[in-house]
Amino acid sequence: MTATADPALAADALRERRFFLSLSLPALFIVGLAAILPILWIIRQSFLTTGGEYTFGNYEKVLSSGLTWSALVTTLELSLATLAICILLGTPLALALASARPRVANVLMAFVMLPLWTSILVRTYGWLVLLRRDGLINAALTGSGLTAEPLPLVYNFTGTLIGMVHYMLPLFLLPVYAAMRDIDANLIRASSSMGASLGQVIRTVILPLSAGGIFSGSTIVFIYTIGFFITPAVLGGGKVNPLSTRIERTLSTFQDWGSASVLGILLLIVMAMIGVMFLAARRLSTRNGAAHA
Amino acid sequence: MESLPITIDSVSKSYGTYVALDDVSLDIQAGEFLTLLGPSGSGKTTLLMALAGFVRPDSGKLLLGDRDITRLAPNKRDIGIVFQNYALFPHMNVLANVAYPLALRKMPKAEARRRALDTLARVKLEGLSERNIAALSGGQRQRVALARAIVFEPRVMLMDEPLSALDKNLRETMQYEIRRLHDDLGITTIYVTHDQREALIMSDRIAVMNSGRIQQIDTPQRIYDRPSTRFVAEFMGEANIVAPGLVRRIDGADASRATLMIRAESFHLDEKLVGRDGIALEGTLRAKAFRGENWLLTLALDGGGQEVLVCIPAALASGCGELATGQRVTAYAPAAKVHPLPETIA
Repeated sequence: MTATADPALAADALRERRFFLSLSLPALFIVGLAAILPILWIIRQSFLTTGGEYTFGNYEKVLSSGLTWSALVTTLELSLATLAICILLGTPLALALASARPRVANVLMAFVMLPLWTSILVRTYGWLVLLRRDGLINAALTGSGLTAEPLPLVYNFTGTLIGMVHYMLPLFLLPVYAAMRDIDANLIRASSSMGASLGQVIRTVILPLSAGGIFSGSTIVFIYTIGFFITPAVLGGGKVNPLSTRIERTLSTFQDWGSASVLGILLLIVMAMIGVMFLAARRLSTRNGAAHA
Repeated sequence: MESLPITIDSVSKSYGTYVALDDVSLDIQAGEFLTLLGPSGSGKTTLLMALAGFVRPDSGKLLLGDRDITRLAPNKRDIGIVFQNYALFPHMNVLANVAYPLALRKMPKAEARRRALDTLARVKLEGLSERNIAALSGGQRQRVALARAIVFEPRVMLMDEPLSALDKNLRETMQYEIRRLHDDLGITTIYVTHDQREALIMSDRIAVMNSGRIQQIDTPQRIYDRPSTRFVAEFMGEANIVAPGLVRRIDGADASRATLMIRAESFHLDEKLVGRDGIALEGTLRAKAFRGENWLLTLALDGGGQEVLVCIPAALASGCGELATGQRVTAYAPAAKVHPLPETIA
């Protein structure tokens, strides 16, 4: 038999829950003010002519323009390429960090984190110094006779990609490293004792168990890179035009708030779709992972 | 299944100034169940991990049969290991965990499945093959870990405190089951524990370790009754180490000149239960405690005040309840149970 609940105790519990919920109010207020309101404002702008009348004209203009679609393709190309390189470089690096001795791992981690403490503008111009025609890298290449002509490393897709990977790699690395470091060393030992080679250990134990971290890292890379502006603007030299630079140009050159808002909304939708895709993929993979070998 | 002997030849391992293994040599016979017993930090797990290949010795040799495995990679050693925390793969179900070593060996799926199911039946886990690891109890996880370690028919099995996370009743059941499994398979087994009762119950032989060295290696009964050092005597149970002058022979003959080891439960309070060649200790009762199956009396010996633990089975101890502290008590022990400690004999 359960005794009758004491209403005073139930009220205490309720008050406690309310108190902890109320702690989130300041943050909710800021988010509402700084994120939700501007987005609502952009949505409204996208339906206004420069004269202030309601119209679908902005959407027609933007969606029928070839420039919009090529910008979207460039955006996705940049994001996907950055993600692919981050996975290829970051996963082995995370594995190396996770298996290094703690002191070595800390030193390496500090090197990885160094770029995060530097302003993105400084870093981007730093790359410019390294990558341009008379920059350090090309000077070394031509000076040593490895290449006859300076390589086109900057003011193009390659340069933009280098800058973006440099920025994103630490952010990709962190969740992957955390996931790998959390793997019980005995699981790896067990796998190895049962006959698994290093490659088999990585494939059957380490990667499945760090899949969550790789997914988180990938999501971060994708969401960030979709909206990247400074790096393509500086290192792309006007030849790499993702949605972000199109928005800026639409505003600065044409003062067309309506079209810029439509482009902004397009960017938001792409971001949301990718977010949903990642979530779905993640759910699917964890369900499969639990069921089979 | 062919099992192999193991030879550990002068193996040493240091971490900086800390000596984990100090010139350890040990021969384990094919099919033997040997326990490495010692307190934490005694080197027993380091020795086990060196055999598994996860700790690289500084010097010495490890042999499996007549094959030198000192520098062999862990995945080529063909050794089954049960880890303290089981180390089951959380992303695989029970069947996939047990079939894992078979899959690594590229065994056809149907055969691997059949073998894995057979092995699961052997550890009494029929019907749980599709369960997730997270849905298993501690005892069930232990059984999965056992099944996974034997399914690929390794020639040696290493177990690192496999029962330490289980509660007492389950631990006792599993002790008998692991031993039965060992007897069925005849597989050479090295078992690590810090629990001396567990070591006594399960082992063919026990190697007692302390500070990176093997103190004594012998059968459970001899380790218990005839410890070669004070450390072994005290680690294995309630031991009294008594200086020669404090003991008198019942028949009046000269008592041994060596330091003596007498287990608490070797004593009687009735002289008639001990032969004429037995010994007697006289003192005053300091404390007494009822422990269910027995009484534990603490005596302060005459001449020096050394304390001696005397354990009297409750069934024989009709008078113990009436004893008062401060009372004079004489404890007797038969000659066969009085063991001169070899390390003290000059």
